[in-house]
Amino acid sequence: MSTDTSAVPFESVPGSQKPDAILVVDNVTRSFGGLTAVNVAHLEIPRHRITALIGPNGAGKTTLFNLLTGFDEPDTGEWKFNGLSLGGVAAHKVARRGMVRTFQLTKALSRMTIIDNMRLGARDQRGESVWRGIIRPIWASQEQDITQKAEDLLERFNLAHMRDELAGSLSGGQRKLLEMARALMVEPEMVMLDEPMAGVNPALKQSLLQHIKVLRDEGRTVLFVEHDMDMVREISDWIIVMAQGEVIAEGTFEDVGSNSKVVDAYLGSHHDVDLGDHT
Amino acid sequence: MNWGLILSNSVYTAISANAIAYMLVATGLNVHFGYTGLLNFGQAGFAAIGAYSLSIPISRFNWPWPCAVLLVIVSAVALALLLGFTTLRLRADYLAIVTIAVAEIIRLSLNSVRFTWLTGGNDGLQGFTSFMEKLNPFPQQGIWLWKQKIDGYRLWLLVSGWVLLMVVATLVYLLMRSPWGRVLRSIREDEDAARSLGKNVFAYKLQSLMIGGAIGAIGGVWLVLDKQSSQPGDFATTFTFFSYTIIILGGVARVKGPVIGTMIFLFVIQFVDISLQQATKTTPSDPTPLLPTWLIDQNNYAQLRFMVAGFALAALVVFRPQGIFGDKREQAFDVH
Repeated sequence: MSTDTSAVPFESVPGSQKPDAILVVDNVTRSFGGLTAVNVAHLEIPRHRITALIGPNGAGKTTLFNLLTGFDEPDTGEWKFNGLSLGGVAAHKVARRGMVRTFQLTKALSRMTIIDNMRLGARDQRGESVWRGIIRPIWASQEQDITQKAEDLLERFNLAHMRDELAGSLSGGQRKLLEMARALMVEPEMVMLDEPMAGVNPALKQSLLQHIKVLRDEGRTVLFVEHDMDMVREISDWIIVMAQGEVIAEGTFEDVGSNSKVVDAYLGSHHDVDLGDHT
Repeated sequence: MNWGLILSNSVYTAISANAIAYMLVATGLNVHFGYTGLLNFGQAGFAAIGAYSLSIPISRFNWPWPCAVLLVIVSAVALALLLGFTTLRLRADYLAIVTIAVAEIIRLSLNSVRFTWLTGGNDGLQGFTSFMEKLNPFPQQGIWLWKQKIDGYRLWLLVSGWVLLMVVATLVYLLMRSPWGRVLRSIREDEDAARSLGKNVFAYKLQSLMIGGAIGAIGGVWLVLDKQSSQPGDFATTFTFFSYTIIILGGVARVKGPVIGTMIFLFVIQFVDISLQQATKTTPSDPTPLLPTWLIDQNNYAQLRFMVAGFALAALVVFRPQGIFGDKREQAFDVH
């Protein structure tokens, strides 16, 4: 299965312009001691698309994720989400603006039930204020709506039968599903998935892929970090390649697969092997 | 051996005003540690702040008692804010280090000669309980709990203390079943996950610290009301560690946990203590004690109570690690 590349008329160069980009990054750098982990001059993430962020280990993908979502602070740089600057905005406010992330090491809230994991994600809960929380009638009806919404999502992600189990009892793949479903409770415009396939068995992979496609079909934007090239090929509309902190290539899967810089970054400069075979 | 006295005294110890103080302090700690996952090792500091916020204004400056009670809450909240703004943005272990240090600073300052004019130093403060004596509706002769006499003042502290404890426990229960409590538990499990879902983790931790600290301060008040004297020695780190023992014993993150935990803890210690006291006692008519003197005598039985209590606790942790009311399922996924 390949994606319709003709629908993606962006230029295949690093930092290319996209009309109506949802996220625009400028001059973001972050160094740890002497090591420059991230140094992105310009980057635009297209709206309503699935964009993959790939690159060898240590390329700075997760660091960039952390910076963009407010979990780390850059040394320099600016980035705008929907035209509003996100520089220096706290992580929880980034989420409220509509950009929600998941984590490479899944963060299921182990000693809480699956349904409570889900309910937690809902926005603007009246009962989350300490004073109003004491008085149940103030938040009970909203809680019902939230629970309904959570149950619908659990149904969609095939977790409904686990509703009242503790999240700690889920398998690795199910945790990934839960984390994605929980992120949707926030109703994000943009979903950032950090290695959604890591540690997921092949049977679950297909269903996860479908879930990610549905996100796009619902009108959300997806940016994900992934090492699984089959997955990248199958669902990405656009691919961004990072190496040593910089964006070295952008394009469709075919574009970046034939890009010599990308091949060099992954395999060293003396190999001439199809990127797709090396996953 | 006078089993009637031993039993009635142990039961009284487990439900007395002193026990209520422990229950309140542990309930506050349960909000911090059990529900929010905040490693507060300075709960004794909150109790001390509470105790002295009552005793200093009343015995030194003749404040009316409602103002002093108000000051108890205000200063506990102030201490929570101070601790929170300095440490809550740091990793969890820093909170543990700072809280234990602050609690010790508070205790040593209260003990210091420099502040004796205010705090009474090592002798502490007395004469701040007259308002409670005036409010006492019970006759001075009190009642008998089987073979244990309870005087009118202590009976009043016991009854009003239990009412207060029930109010506090109900509030904690209502809070923890609310979406607010759910956010606290999510912070305990993984604060980055909570943050990624749009929750202001810092604000919630601060609120937790303030609420648990205020409850701990009220516990400190009950402790000194019972003793009718506030002394720095009562607020040493052991107070905090006993509170941890109590909530682990009763079941972490359970509203009943601190109450039942306190009862068991104090009952066991008191029971062992007076049983040994009786078993090593000699009287002119009966010069041979029940237990042989080569094994134990009147001079060293006191140390044994904590050893026995320690063994009992160790056995409990081994055979029922979730505590009396804990959820066994939760124990299986201990993420920390």
